Amino acid sequence: MINKGEWVLIKRDILAPAERAPQVPDDTKKVPLTMWVKGHLQADAEIGAEVEVITRTGRTETGILLEVNPRYDHDFGDFVPELLTISEQVREIVFGGEQ
Amino acid sequence: MVQMGNDYASVMSRKGEIMKKSVGIDYASFESGSIAFDYERMMRETGYTLDEMQKIQKNVHVGDTPILELRNLTALARKCAKPGYGARIFIKDEAANPSGSFKARRAANAVYHAKKLGFKGVISATSGNYGAAVASQAAMAGLKCIVVQECYDSKGVGQPEIIEKARKCEALGAEVVQLTVGPELFYKFLLLLEETGYFNASLYTPFGIAGVETLGYELSMQFREKYGKDPDMVVCTNAGGGNLTGTARGLLKAGASCQVVGASVNLSGLHMASDTQFNKKSFTTGHTGFGVPFASWPDRSDVPRSAARPLRYMDRYVTISQGSVFYITEALASLEGLEKGPAGNTALAAAFSLAQQMPEDQMIVVQETEYTGAGKHVQPQLAFARENGIDVRFGDPADEVPGVNVILPSHPSLIKAVDVDLDHMRKSLIKTAVKTYNVEPTAEDIAFLAEETRTNPDFVKAVLATL
Repeated sequence: MINKGEWVLIKRDILAPAERAPQVPDDTKKVPLTMWVKGHLQADAEIGAEVEVITRTGRTETGILLEVNPRYDHDFGDFVPELLTISEQVREIVFGGEQ
Repeated sequence: MVQMGNDYASVMSRKGEIMKKSVGIDYASFESGSIAFDYERMMRETGYTLDEMQKIQKNVHVGDTPILELRNLTALARKCAKPGYGARIFIKDEAANPSGSFKARRAANAVYHAKKLGFKGVISATSGNYGAAVASQAAMAGLKCIVVQECYDSKGVGQPEIIEKARKCEALGAEVVQLTVGPELFYKFLLLLEETGYFNASLYTPFGIAGVETLGYELSMQFREKYGKDPDMVVCTNAGGGNLTGTARGLLKAGASCQVVGASVNLSGLHMASDTQFNKKSFTTGHTGFGVPFASWPDRSDVPRSAARPLRYMDRYVTISQGSVFYITEALASLEGLEKGPAGNTALAAAFSLAQQMPEDQMIVVQETEYTGAGKHVQPQLAFARENGIDVRFGDPADEVPGVNVILPSHPSLIKAVDVDLDHMRKSLIKTAVKTYNVEPTAEDIAFLAEETRTNPDFVKAVLATL
């Protein structure tokens, strides 16, 4: 149970596939336009329930409850060893003995 | 109150009315009724003077960013160039602005204007650095802020670069509305403007573009003071065209006559509104997917008449591969000790190649850098490409196919800026103008199209004769 007032992430489809703009490519027309937004939960609810939130600007939005205190999980990714090769190469050309 | 339809077509039909209220400009007053409109009068009457903009920006800690000479990157370029060639390479460190990019200049003016007009909040439709810039300026002004982003594909997989920008907007107090791929972002944007009555902090208003004029002017003054002359070439990363337009206008106001070159990451072949191709690209801005269509037809933006009209100011337009930009980003860290965001280094990768065509005593300057961090960095952007099945390897960047591979140059001498045929884009602009307005062009229209394409009436007439 997530308590009323908690900071949560919700999502909602705002245009169904059939309602999408005429100019979108075919692959995009097959899927809905989905929105994610964060806000304070307006009533106790379980994850997956249809809920109402009040956003940072005081707007009301509704959608499916996904997460409480949503985590920022972007990072620096898996190490890319090619970057070390570039680093060594440019240092060698400028400060090393090439030419 | 009359219940208004919120379906796509109904909302789009209210666009003109919503825009007029949310941006405070009556664009109709600059129209001729045909193809032409009075661009300079729009800039004069609805923008700010250079002096006013400098005061506004100074008050919110924007501008006066340093010029850094990249001596080691210049040395690397000279190792790749024929003897006597390899211009001195400089960057203007715009990452030093409050929100970490030159976009603070655009936002400072837009937010100042919104506050002056009495708006309670601002909204911006952007997946780029502009969101953080508006959020930062709104925070200082005590205004509310909403940023609408195109962020995820239909599986909910987001571009790391955009996710980081969302975090930054939220850190600066903004509400972030994230959407899946598609041009209907504009639909949600209009609904939000209607619901809140906030100001449309569009990237493309005269105040936004005029905000960048300070960059070009400042750059010229800094070079004259430090090196006794203007640089020979200024390279601008080009997406929606505002960066180049504003910078070039500022250079003109300074009386500088340097060459102005636009540079975009080559993403040809990828459809920008495609759900399945969204995460196949490694750059979400500064690329040809925005750069080419916005230069060829500026009035596709979120205002009726865009103040960003890059074809008026471009001497050259070049593209550069994704792998080349990543290589130069790594080289900048390794040789100059400067870690910056990759998208902002698009023009730097181009400049690295262009410098090799210029004598050693000339100066080439890249007029921006951007902040870097988790998600928005060479490391996560390449890791993300690999996760999405993109073949990341060393080779010749000329063989790079956007959406299939990212080819890191096996030697820096393989980094090549490729010229775009500007005449082709000029012809495209003229054709689109005639098609859009569906009129027989008047003498005023022909003069206007010559200005739009930086050509002459004979060029325009010759193109019109082929239609």
